[in-house]
Amino acid sequence: MYDTGKVLIGILIFILVFTSPMLINLSGGKASVKANPVLPKSGKCIESKEYMKGYHMEMLDTWRNLVVRQDVRFLKKADGTFFMLNGVKAEMSLTKTCMSCHDNKAKFCDECHNYLEVKPYCWDCHIDPAIAKKGVKK
Amino acid sequence: MGIWFSLVAVAALTLLGLIGANVSGLNYVFAVVIPYIAIVMFIVGIIVRIVRWASSPVPFRIPTTGGQQKSLPFIKQNRLDNPSSYLGVLGRMALEVLFFRSLFRNTKAELKEGPMLTYGANKWLWLFSLAFHWSFLIIFLRHFRFLTNPMPFFVPLLQDIDGFFQIWVPLVYITNIALVIALAYLFFRRVFDSKVRYISLPSDYFPLLLISGIAITGILMRYFFKTDLVAVKELMLGILSFSPSAPSEALSTWFYIHLLFVCSLLIYFPMSKLVHMSGVFMSPTRNLANTNRMVRHVNPWIDDLKMKTHTYEEYEDEFRKVMKGAGMPLDKEESHVS
Repeated sequence: MYDTGKVLIGILIFILVFTSPMLINLSGGKASVKANPVLPKSGKCIESKEYMKGYHMEMLDTWRNLVVRQDVRFLKKADGTFFMLNGVKAEMSLTKTCMSCHDNKAKFCDECHNYLEVKPYCWDCHIDPAIAKKGVKK
Repeated sequence: MGIWFSLVAVAALTLLGLIGANVSGLNYVFAVVIPYIAIVMFIVGIIVRIVRWASSPVPFRIPTTGGQQKSLPFIKQNRLDNPSSYLGVLGRMALEVLFFRSLFRNTKAELKEGPMLTYGANKWLWLFSLAFHWSFLIIFLRHFRFLTNPMPFFVPLLQDIDGFFQIWVPLVYITNIALVIALAYLFFRRVFDSKVRYISLPSDYFPLLLISGIAITGILMRYFFKTDLVAVKELMLGILSFSPSAPSEALSTWFYIHLLFVCSLLIYFPMSKLVHMSGVFMSPTRNLANTNRMVRHVNPWIDDLKMKTHTYEEYEDEFRKVMKGAGMPLDKEESHVS
């Protein structure tokens, strides 16, 4: 082999770059940490767990468009009747409807979002109701 | 011909992925065993290729690169195209690797009415190649969000920049669109340009189709047929921390096809033209400073051949009689050794 020194440096860089996921995982010691969202103890969600896992963001997007752009505020079931929540018509609202059961943002939303480095821009405008109740200190 | 062969090959891989996803006994093989095989074959294969390249001697520097070489002080040297220093070589290599400088010089010869042969600049190939390679790199780096925990610093950064337009849910990434458009250009260039089609081989179509397959299944999974990303990440973290777990039932068929495509690409990479990823660094016209006359370059295989120097004096000694007879001028009339 010619120019052995330089070629070996190149091979070393190649190995480091392409094994970097393994090196990060092994040195970080957090590879076995799993996302563990805490589900509400009682109550039934408006959609199935499988649907919600994949498509909740699309549902929220549809809700936003309906509420903000068409002034359609209340959530209907497939048969056309309104969805009721604690005796009143449920709004198409993340904070008022979803988070009335899933009331812990950190232990529910953030678990998977942080695990997968998802930064939804919901929270650019909305605020975690639990924090809103306590009052925000600036 | 090459197109059909490549299409069939990619279709066969898709079918294989379908089988791997839906025959539960094979899930482990396709989700864990094949990825490990692919990673090992990729890394070992690339190293073998590099060592093989490095074993061939490069006897002399190549001065005929585009640009004025270092000459007399009043002649301006082109330091980046024809460097004579180590730094210049680094600059030339960086321009080549990051911006495809030699492809930027690409020209196109066309026979027009007349008949008239015309040569013109053709930057489209350069533009779409650049778009393709950079998009692919950024997409690869963004995938670290499925591959590592803790998250490397560049993942959120790339996601923010790439999803800058904030359209669609989930956000559309600029690189996703650029990759698909660039792949379409690179593929249809080979299909519709008869001159390029004539010289295209299955090994030209296959990688394009395979990478298109990866891109399309990835985009479908992100925007249309959702898979369980938490299960994906748990699987990948298991593999990449050497403690693989049994693949979750929640992994979708799309994911298995996507993963099999990626594994196929990794396995195919070192034995195909795609090794230009490492080969570009070994290009003699890019990585050697033009120091032909400034430095003495000894033929690297001179020891292997046990070659001895044969000076002009010795040559004259050998042929003195004949040269004298032919009336040729001699340095010495008599042998200097005798």
